[in-house]
Amino acid sequence: MDWFYVKGILILSGINLLAVLGLSLLTGFTGLFSFGHAGFMAIGAYFTATMTVKFGMPFIPALLIGGLAAAMVSLIIGKLTLNLKGDYFCIATLGFGEAIRLILDNVQYFGGARGWPGIPLDTTLINVVVINIIAIVILINLIKSRHGRNMMAVREEELASQIIGINVFKYKMIALAISAAYAGIAGGFLGHYTGFLQPKMFQLIKSTELTIIVIFGGLGSISGSVIGAVLLTALPELLRTFAKWRLVVYGATVIFIMISRPKGLMGGKEITISNIKKFFSRIFNKNKSYNEGEI
Amino acid sequence: MSAFFQQLINGLSIGSVYALMAVGYSLVYSIMNFSNFAHGGVIMIGAYIGFFCMTAFQLPFIPSFILAALGAGLIAVSLEKVAYSPLRKRNAPFLYFIISAMGASIFLENIVIATIGPTFRTYPEVFSRTPITLGKIAIGRLDITMFIISAISLGLLIYVIEGTKTGMAIRATSYNAKASALMGVNTDRIIFIVFALGGILAGIAGILFGMKYTVYPQIGAITIKSFIAAVFGGLGSLTGAVIGSILLGIIETFTSGYLSSQYRDLIAFGLLIFILVVRPMGIMGKITEDKA
Repeated sequence: MDWFYVKGILILSGINLLAVLGLSLLTGFTGLFSFGHAGFMAIGAYFTATMTVKFGMPFIPALLIGGLAAAMVSLIIGKLTLNLKGDYFCIATLGFGEAIRLILDNVQYFGGARGWPGIPLDTTLINVVVINIIAIVILINLIKSRHGRNMMAVREEELASQIIGINVFKYKMIALAISAAYAGIAGGFLGHYTGFLQPKMFQLIKSTELTIIVIFGGLGSISGSVIGAVLLTALPELLRTFAKWRLVVYGATVIFIMISRPKGLMGGKEITISNIKKFFSRIFNKNKSYNEGEI
Repeated sequence: MSAFFQQLINGLSIGSVYALMAVGYSLVYSIMNFSNFAHGGVIMIGAYIGFFCMTAFQLPFIPSFILAALGAGLIAVSLEKVAYSPLRKRNAPFLYFIISAMGASIFLENIVIATIGPTFRTYPEVFSRTPITLGKIAIGRLDITMFIISAISLGLLIYVIEGTKTGMAIRATSYNAKASALMGVNTDRIIFIVFALGGILAGIAGILFGMKYTVYPQIGAITIKSFIAAVFGGLGSLTGAVIGSILLGIIETFTSGYLSSQYRDLIAFGLLIFILVVRPMGIMGKITEDKA
């Protein structure tokens, strides 16, 4: 395996990680389940590419505009659908994601269904890593703040948090907008990594993949999302030798994780220095206690 | 005017097959309160079983049809046992069911790609392609068959749900699973029956769709239409699912007929979002504040 190949996997993991971080805030910390994140990625990707290709903007500001555009759209979507409960919100985002893709299929300005070649290859390992670190730092600070605790309260018990005076709708909106912005930036990176954009890249399966990574890594855990994104992006690549069977293994793994270790790898836990100490002391004391509860 | 009626009839025939899928989907939703994303995989398996019965084993239409329906039913039931039953035992939140369903759908799709291959396959011709003409309207024989088979299957399903004791148990469970379990309904058995019924209908839909179009591993993606139809009619309501599907089928054929077939899917998804915003419980749904 040469460095070029490894670098490619790392960049792809980084791009997925960025989208997954946003989704982790939405699903893992606020308890909302979205199937439309491929749509937000698409918006980000096309906006960023428009900025760099058609307006000649530098890459990083263009990325931010892409993220902002996705966040703006998410505010409209959120306004319309965040009052829906449970499954319905998830279905609405699913419909939205597919609608975005089908609209892009028909916009000839961006090449329609045939795709849009010739996007500059601005994505490098360094800028992906830097943006990811910034994104993680922002997310950790957000989650540790009062706002983050409010979001978790919404996840645990919506009615109760409303009663103690948390503006549930507002916090859902914030979580959705931030996660859409992350997805948008990830989309921008993706477009400038492949050098080519096509609505097909943002099908439902992409949203599914992101959701699977979040759950696999563990809901409510940022370190879980990081591990999940790297593992699950690398896994299909490493399984390339049995190309045909890799997605079969992937699907089976997902079911297996769901029925055997439902909290994902790191559900609700983080890797911090104090937690590592606790982990080792628990191993030496031999009294393991797993507590499995609701997410 | 004859073009209008022709579109209408095409829409009815497509819509009735959507209804077969939407009903299975809706049944599972009403009992278990989650969206069974693996339903598409079951449809695909049904389409493939039908295809191989007719080509590789040279069976006539009726036996292949029955085998496809039963095979798909079997797949649906085993799916429940493997992917959902362990979660149900643990009272897992609905998220896990959905993820498990997605895993199952990826698994089914790719195991078919890995073993049979991703190529498109065409069914042998069962019904002659010359349409029946009524005045100026020409109706394809396959379209009529699709409509009749769907109508009969749905009729049987409605009889099972409304007319038998099992159906009563299904209705009771969908109304309140806990209370009906306390009243002596075997919930496990009901879920088994629901998955079997849904799977059989999915198999029928699969073979019909395979004959109308072609068979390929991603054919299950068509369920997303039944999904829209179910939401359109009201999640968990069987009549709603049927009405929603028929309407969706008609809207789709009219869009392709009068606008452009490019906009067909877009209109369907636009409709989904519109319905969710304006009337999330669908046409026939009840307002279930605490159920969703």
